[in-house]
Amino acid sequence: MSHGATKEFKVTWGMVIDLDKCTGCGACMTACQVENNIAPMVDASNKLRTLSWVLVFELNNGKSGAEAEVAYLPRPCMQCGNPACVPVCPVVATEKNEEGGIVSQIYPRCIGCRYCMAACPYHARYFNWEDPIFPKGMEKALSPSTSARPRGVVEKCNFCHTRFMQAKEKARQEGGKPNELADGAYMPACAEICPTGAISFGDVKNKEHKVFDLAQGKDAFRLLEKLGLNPQVYYVSKREWVRKLGDNYAATGKPGAAKKHS
Amino acid sequence: MDRALFPDGLERCSFGKFVLWMGFISAFFLFGLYAMLLIFAKGIVVTGLDNYFGFGLWITFDLAVIALGAGAFFTGFLKYILKIDQLKNIINLTVIVGFICYSGAMLVLTMDIGQPIRAWFGYWHPNVHSMLTEVIFCITCYLLVLIIEFVPLVLEQKQLNKIPFLHHLAHNMHVNMALFAGIGTFLSTFHQGSLGGMYGVLQGRPYAFREGFFIWPWTFFLFVLSAVGSGPIFTVLVCTFMEKLTGRKLVDFKTKALMGKIAGTMLTVYVFFKILDTWAWANNYLPSIGMTFDQMFYGNIYGKPLMFTEIILCGLVPAIMLITPSIRNNPAMLYTAGILDCMGVSLNRYLFTVQSIAMPILPFDKWQFYAPNWAEWSTCGMIVAFGFLVMSMTYRYLPVFPQEQGMNK
Repeated sequence: MSHGATKEFKVTWGMVIDLDKCTGCGACMTACQVENNIAPMVDASNKLRTLSWVLVFELNNGKSGAEAEVAYLPRPCMQCGNPACVPVCPVVATEKNEEGGIVSQIYPRCIGCRYCMAACPYHARYFNWEDPIFPKGMEKALSPSTSARPRGVVEKCNFCHTRFMQAKEKARQEGGKPNELADGAYMPACAEICPTGAISFGDVKNKEHKVFDLAQGKDAFRLLEKLGLNPQVYYVSKREWVRKLGDNYAATGKPGAAKKHS
Repeated sequence: MDRALFPDGLERCSFGKFVLWMGFISAFFLFGLYAMLLIFAKGIVVTGLDNYFGFGLWITFDLAVIALGAGAFFTGFLKYILKIDQLKNIINLTVIVGFICYSGAMLVLTMDIGQPIRAWFGYWHPNVHSMLTEVIFCITCYLLVLIIEFVPLVLEQKQLNKIPFLHHLAHNMHVNMALFAGIGTFLSTFHQGSLGGMYGVLQGRPYAFREGFFIWPWTFFLFVLSAVGSGPIFTVLVCTFMEKLTGRKLVDFKTKALMGKIAGTMLTVYVFFKILDTWAWANNYLPSIGMTFDQMFYGNIYGKPLMFTEIILCGLVPAIMLITPSIRNNPAMLYTAGILDCMGVSLNRYLFTVQSIAMPILPFDKWQFYAPNWAEWSTCGMIVAFGFLVMSMTYRYLPVFPQEQGMNK
C-alpha cells in the first residue's frame, strides 16, 4: 500500500515561518486563542490537555556553554496535502476539499473518537475535555464569527478560516475575484500579530505572493517530509542544526543523525 | 428454589450460594457502572487520557477482547461450514464468550467517544475510506449475528422449551445456523482485519504503519490471523476456569486439545508472517523515513523486551507447544500455551495502541507516558464482571455443555 496522493488545488494557502526571527514570545498562541474563542481552562497545569491550536516548541542544538543555541518553532496545523487525519475519520468530520487546501473540522459532526489525533504526527489536533466556560465579562470580547466548540469534539487550527470567508466576501463586495485574493488580503491571526514578522502567509502557488519565493528558498524545509504528508506549512532557518531537526535522519547516520529523543 | 429452571439432569449449587456469588460479582459491576455514569455525566475528562493518548486502556481492552472473542466466529465456521462435528461440545460456549466480548467492547466504545449521543453518525455519515467505519458496521452487525446465535440456546431453557412455538423456533434456528455462521465469519474476518488496518494506515505513526496489499495494510491480515490463533484457545481457558470454579467436568479434553490444535495452527501461520513483517518493517520501511528499529523503543515500559515477549515468548513458544501433539495433549501444557497465547495477542494490541502514539515522531518531541486511572480500570472491570454474570446465569439455567451430564455421572 503506497502513501495516499496529494490533493492539488489551484490556490494553496500556506505559511512560511522564519525560525531565525521567532523569539518564542507566544503572541501567536495568544492571538489564536482570542481569534478562535478558545476558553481559558480552570486548571491548565496538565499541558497534554490544553487547547493550543498553534503551539511553540523550544528546540536546542544539544550543546552547552557558549555553543548552546535555541530556536523556537510555532506549530499550527500543517494543513497537509496528503493528510493522515482526513481518511481515517469514520464520520467525514474532517475534509480537505475546499479551494485553498485548508483541512476542515466539522464540529457538529465529530463524534470525538480521537482517531484523527492518533493519526496526526504533529499533534496538531486537540480534544475538548470540558465544555468551554468563559469568565464573566469575557463573552463581550468573543469573536462573533467563530463558533465555540462543545465538550467531546476534536478541534484544530484552520488558518483562521473565518478570516478567509471574510476576505472572499470583501473581494466580492469590491468587485474583485474571491478566488484570486491579493497577497495580504487574507491573513490568519498568528501571522498578523507576530511582532518580528516571523510568520508569512499566502498562496504558495502564486508568484505574486511573498510566500511563493520563501517556500522555495534554499533554507526552507517542512516537518517530517519523509512521511509523505506534504504539509502546507514551511519553515526557514539559516542554521543547519535547526533544519535537521525538521525530520528524522537516524537511519542514514549523517550529521545531525544523533538520537534526538530524550 | 430455582431447581425447576436447571437444565435436565444437571446439578447446580444452592440458590443461596448462587446469590452470594452473584452479589460478589455485582459489587465490581456496580462500581464500574458508577464510573460509567460519571463518564457520561462529566465526559472523559475523568479518565487518564490526554491529547497525546487519545487511545489508551479502553481501546487496548476492546481490541484484546474482540481478538479473544474470535473463538465464536472461527469455531462457528469450522463447525457449521467445514462440518467438524466434534466442536459441537464447545460451540455454545464460544458463542456466549463472543457475545460477552463484543457487547462489552461496544459498551466501552460508547464511553470512549467524546460525544456518545452522536454514536449513530457512524451509520449516517460513514466515511467509506476509514477503517473505523468498517469496524463500526461489522462489529454491530456481527453482534446481531451473535445474538441470533445465542437466542436458540436461551430458548432451549427447560421451561421455555416447553412452549411449542419457542421449541420449534429454536429448532429451526439451529437448522439454519450455518447461514448465520457464514455471515458471522464474513463480518468478523473483516472487522478483525479492519481493527488491524486502523493502525496499519497511520502513515504518521511509524511504529504502526505498514505497506500492504491493495487497500489493506499487512496489519489487516495479521490481526485476523492473531485473533483466530488465540480466540479458540481462550474459549478453552474459559471452559477450564469454569470447571475449576464449579468442580464439574464440562468439555472432554479431546475437544479442548482440538481447539488447541486449531489455535496453534493459526498462531503458527501468524507468527511466521509477523516475524517477516517485523523484519521488513525494521529493515525497509523505517530506514525509508529516516528512523531506526532502536528508535521505536524507550526505557522499560516501551522497551524491546515487550516486543520480543509478544513475538517469541507469547507467540512462537505457544505456537510450537500447540502444534506439537505430545505437548498439546498434556493438559497443563495446553493451558500454559493458551495463557501465553492470549497474553501475546493482548500485548500486541497494547503495543499497537499505546506505544504507537507514545513515540515521538517530531525529532524535538519526547516520549510520553500514560497511566490509566480508576475510571478506566473500573469500567473495564465492569465488562469483566458483566461477563461473569452472563456466564454464571447461562451455566446455571441453560444447557450450554452437551457433554456435562455424561461426564459427571
